[in-house]
Amino acid sequence: MFSYCSDPDTLERLWWLSCYLTTGVHFSFYLSFLKVIGILAVTAPVALAFGFAGAMSARSQILPVSWLGKAYIAIVRGVPDIAFFLFFVIALDQGFEWLRHQALCPDWTDPIRQGNDFLVCPQAKLPLGTAPQAVHQAYAFALAVMTFALVFGAFVANVIFGAMRAVPKAQLETAEAYGMSPRQTFWRILVPQMWVYALPGLSNLWQVLIKATPLLFLLGIEDVVYWARELGGTKTARFTAYPHGDWRMWYFLALLVFYLFMTWGSEKVLSRIMARLTRGQATTGGEAQRKGAPA
Amino acid sequence: MSCLETIQSYSLRSIGIGERLLPRSDFTLCEQVVLIGSGMIWNVYFGLMALTTGFFLATAIALGKGSANPWLRKPAEWFIFLFRGSPLFIQFFFAYFLFLNLKGAYPFFDPFTAAWLGALIVLFLNTGAYSAQIFYGALQSIPKGEVEAADAYGLSGWSRFRRIVWPTMLRLAWPAYTNEAIFLFHATTLVYFSGFPAWQQRGDALYYASYFADKTFNPFVPYPILAGYFILLTLVIIGLFGLVNRRLNRHLPANARSKMKLRLNLIR
Repeated sequence: MFSYCSDPDTLERLWWLSCYLTTGVHFSFYLSFLKVIGILAVTAPVALAFGFAGAMSARSQILPVSWLGKAYIAIVRGVPDIAFFLFFVIALDQGFEWLRHQALCPDWTDPIRQGNDFLVCPQAKLPLGTAPQAVHQAYAFALAVMTFALVFGAFVANVIFGAMRAVPKAQLETAEAYGMSPRQTFWRILVPQMWVYALPGLSNLWQVLIKATPLLFLLGIEDVVYWARELGGTKTARFTAYPHGDWRMWYFLALLVFYLFMTWGSEKVLSRIMARLTRGQATTGGEAQRKGAPA
Repeated sequence: MSCLETIQSYSLRSIGIGERLLPRSDFTLCEQVVLIGSGMIWNVYFGLMALTTGFFLATAIALGKGSANPWLRKPAEWFIFLFRGSPLFIQFFFAYFLFLNLKGAYPFFDPFTAAWLGALIVLFLNTGAYSAQIFYGALQSIPKGEVEAADAYGLSGWSRFRRIVWPTMLRLAWPAYTNEAIFLFHATTLVYFSGFPAWQQRGDALYYASYFADKTFNPFVPYPILAGYFILLTLVIIGLFGLVNRRLNRHLPANARSKMKLRLNLIR
């Protein structure tokens, strides 16, 4: 990157390092940190939406809908996490291809599962075999986001379901007494008040979500773990201008520090949000704030 | 091959007893159930060993964090932050490569790069940190009347800890600790996906499940089998910890006993 980098063998230790850390592949590595943050930014709202929908359906008056919501919550809890990650990526992929197969090639007669193979017609392949590499990567990323959102959606649903039940009954009864319809009660009274009960659980989940992002590696995404393994491995002078021994340990140390910063930073932010949400609430925290505040 | 023969040749495959070659084609349901079950040996091994050793570490760290002496408190706080603030997955990777480097320098570290010891150490430290946080929370909520009563009876130091503080701490922490145990058993599935090699294809349950899923392109059989095994394991843990919980609470009237509330919250 820098002009003095043309002949790295002659450089001093520190200069050498500055050249080494700014090679093209290292920028791919730095970009993968953005990928982590990107997947967090996309997954969190999607999982929140899934969770909200799950909680609403679990609360539903209609019995089958409520069973559906409760089953969604119950199945995802209690089974190991990464089993789900490994399972959903293949299952979703095959599910999409199967749907497209049904829609696009209705006159295809061969069975889809032939022994150890999963064969759909070429038009139904996702992404199409002719698609450029970038589309393949984007599709893999989208699948990963879907998987994360599905798994975390169930956790979120569980938290929100609990929070909705924690809102004092008297609040809802008062709303009814004022003549609000169930829908109005839900949106105007229940939802604004439930967040303070949901936030401790949600912030816990957020931390868990941050710590789950390295599992992207298992889903075939070129994420931080992938690059740390690639870049850290022993490089000989034959293949690179920057030969070095096995530095994977140091790369993973850097990842460790990155994640520590992420969790530490979000803890600070979340405690602020909690303080903001507690304001004026009928909880011990709200009461403590009221007493502490100057009159 | 009948199912009985499959059980004979594969039920202990994960620890190297029985048939050497894994099945390569025409996978039967029986083979999948037996091999994935065989892998569970490792999950139980990792979970059980880490839990029993980590328990003592956690008690020590929790006391350290609760201590007034900053020389004890600060290291304990940092230890907890380090292991709770970073993903277990990255910890596995880091530890593996650390041991690999150390092995190059000192032959003493030879066994550490194998999963049975290296991954166990990481799990031990990790569960130590998570449980220490739970125990610390319990330590903070011990009713002060109990400690004052102990003082009044002339108990102090070790005997006060052993007879009053520790049992109450365990009693208060137990429901959360049960969750941590379940959590830990689920986390053992990460071991063979994080650098530690599965020597001669002796892996854990998820290792075999993903082997089958890769070979058959059909995730709908091996993963539900794995899920079934883990649900069974979870039920066993809940049962055993429930027994301990009953014993810890046996002196209390029935309505004051702490209920086991299970909140399964996964991935660390």
